[in-house]
Amino acid sequence: MSTQKHTDEISGVETTGHEWDGIRELNNPLPKWWIYTFYVCILWSLVYWVIFPAWPYLSSGGWKHTAGSYGYTQRGEVSAELQKVAEGRAVFMKQIDAMPIEDIAKNDSLMEVALAGGKATFADNCAPCHGSGAAGGNGFPNLNDDDWLWGGKLADIQTTLTHGIRWEADADTRQNMMPRFLDDKMLTREQINDVAEYVLSLSNKADDAAAATRGSEVFAANCVSCHGADAKGNQELGAPNLTDAIWLYGGDKATIVTTLSHGRGGVMPAWGARLPGSTIKELALYVHSLGGGK
Amino acid sequence: MSEPATNLENLVAEAVGTASAASSSALNDDSAVAVNSQLNRPLYQSRIKVQPKLVHGTFRRIKWLVMALTLSVYYVTPFIRWNRGPGMPDQAVLLDFPARRFYFFFLEIWPQEFYYVTGLLILAALGLFLATSVAGRVWCGYTCPQTVWTDLFVFVERLFEGDRSARIRLDKEGWSVGKLARKVGKHAVWLLIAILTGGAWVFYFADAPTLAMQMVTFSAPMTAYIFVGLFTATTYTLGGIAREQVCIYMCPWPRIQGAMFDEESLLVSYKDDRGEKRGPHKKGTSWEGRGDCIDCGQCVAACPMGIDIRDGMQLECIQCALCIDACDEIMDKVGRPRGLIGYDTLNNHDRRKAGEPLRFRIIRPRTIVYAAALLIVAAIMVVALASRETLQLAVLRDRNPLFVTLSDGSIRNGYGIKIINKDTAAHVFHVTIEGLEGARLAGLSADEVNPTEIAIGPDALKNVRFYVSLPKDRLSALDHGLAELNFVVTDETGRHTVRETTFRGPDQ
Repeated sequence: MSTQKHTDEISGVETTGHEWDGIRELNNPLPKWWIYTFYVCILWSLVYWVIFPAWPYLSSGGWKHTAGSYGYTQRGEVSAELQKVAEGRAVFMKQIDAMPIEDIAKNDSLMEVALAGGKATFADNCAPCHGSGAAGGNGFPNLNDDDWLWGGKLADIQTTLTHGIRWEADADTRQNMMPRFLDDKMLTREQINDVAEYVLSLSNKADDAAAATRGSEVFAANCVSCHGADAKGNQELGAPNLTDAIWLYGGDKATIVTTLSHGRGGVMPAWGARLPGSTIKELALYVHSLGGGK
Repeated sequence: MSEPATNLENLVAEAVGTASAASSSALNDDSAVAVNSQLNRPLYQSRIKVQPKLVHGTFRRIKWLVMALTLSVYYVTPFIRWNRGPGMPDQAVLLDFPARRFYFFFLEIWPQEFYYVTGLLILAALGLFLATSVAGRVWCGYTCPQTVWTDLFVFVERLFEGDRSARIRLDKEGWSVGKLARKVGKHAVWLLIAILTGGAWVFYFADAPTLAMQMVTFSAPMTAYIFVGLFTATTYTLGGIAREQVCIYMCPWPRIQGAMFDEESLLVSYKDDRGEKRGPHKKGTSWEGRGDCIDCGQCVAACPMGIDIRDGMQLECIQCALCIDACDEIMDKVGRPRGLIGYDTLNNHDRRKAGEPLRFRIIRPRTIVYAAALLIVAAIMVVALASRETLQLAVLRDRNPLFVTLSDGSIRNGYGIKIINKDTAAHVFHVTIEGLEGARLAGLSADEVNPTEIAIGPDALKNVRFYVSLPKDRLSALDHGLAELNFVVTDETGRHTVRETTFRGPDQ
């Protein structure tokens, strides 16, 4: 670095004194617009310090920061926006709360709100068991289809959601029991085999016609009280239809034998204690809209 | 280059022959130095204001006409009405951002059709290339908004402060009431023009008569005022103050133009073969052994870019042709033929020198390529516009779940369907499926009376959900759990569109 002053011959401008292989850098002043913009930015930063939280300081309680003249925080901004959303929704939620669920389904604008809200609630609370697309899984019903254990009308779905299934904490929970025919020594292995053949024969899947015929008698003695004489089930009791194509646990013989031997008793929580009534209505409308609603 | 004022006066007077004050006063300039000439421009220097002198002649008349025409188009267009039927905007040219529509007379462009605008921009670019290769920077010289508004601002400046010499004198004078009045008047009118420019701009984005009424009653949306303010500021700054600096330092076009010119392009040029050797000429003396240029500097005085056209082709020259008028005026006075400065080609310059006949080759490979590209793009645009669909259908099959088994063993798929009615009338659309035998179409709920009829308003779209189910005994139609399916939408006028999709079931 040179300390000697040097002036460029052509432009008459002083150079910075830096030289690289004979190339010198002209020491031109910064453009005025740039300088003024810079000054304005400095001024702006002063204003910023006053208005917004800016300076950290150490107090007896640890690090604090200046609050700014408006007490602005980003968290506060988010809270205010969430508050606004909640207020906007409150108008609709009030109506949803007051209206019978069947009437909501006939109101286009309320329905739009309910389906959007129901979708979000479903993703938060129901998807872990029923899946994000409500397609269910083994032991968890598919909510898209037209087969309902406890009824597919809006009111039925609302009741199921509110009180749950076999949820002991709720006195009004939906309650039934598939007996453990083998474990409780109600039927022998042979009888269970026969009745399984009979159940398969309802879907034309039986291999052993003789066993199925024997099984029909066992069925008449033990199963019709819940599943009905025609084996089409009973939604009042939550007894599944055994003649259709939908099986909660599987429709092959081994699974049917397992079901007969050890019973079934899946549990769904009662959401009435966890979610407000309007949200349950939204959820019921959403589930009803998935394509299987009655 | 820089002659004292008295010299110039004498010079012209000598050349014209009659030293009458009347005829020479028009040429009486303090100086005629090309402030932007390369020779006069050091590497670092503040801008010296260019004071273009008023000229009279063919090109000045053309420029007045073009100015009147372009400004009229700009100010009048938003007020042209175009009937599109009830419920639709009746403004011929409208960029409706809230509704996301662009209306241009018979055209209506939706956001997803923005490629039409891309096509228009390509056409504009090719048009510019073609014009430039034929006749140089005609866009810059005559029609560019920067040129038009600068010309208008200079016109206003001339009204208040007089022509070039008067303005230069005024700027040199100390401040007085008279000078202040002139300056304030000029800036006030400039501001008014700038406000009107910004004001007209916002009319392209909302219903012009309504907005105009709102603007003057101060009830227009804040956005409108902000944009009027923005365009007032830019018009005032670019047209009134920055002027030629915009063309020289801000605009990329002068840098690109070199690629568009060739030796056969018509460019505003000084014919040095005829003009040199330049120098003062006394009336009555012979023109033998010298050029026609009397070095009067009128071409420099007239130049809005502050250059000397006699220095040859230069980046700063916007080819506004005002120097042609300025020179022709002088040539008439000294009794020499017009056209010492004129539209000329590089090749003709050489041909003249070589004594060959002049040729103007407008049709040559470069112009043919540009013209062909222009025609092809225009043809594509016309075909695309003529075959524009006013009914569109989008089908999205549910992915989660892929399919649902129903209690009777049939398989059901869900579809989200979007029907876009770009027509200006409401229609009822009938939805059907084809291509998969045995498949049935159902709306969301089975008890709807006619779930396949969908009414959609004018210029609107609707999302509908549909279910398609395939009976158990038809599942063999699926190949690896997959089958082709078409959705067909028809309206009551017979317009119809088909969208292909698939149907999925268990892989058996």
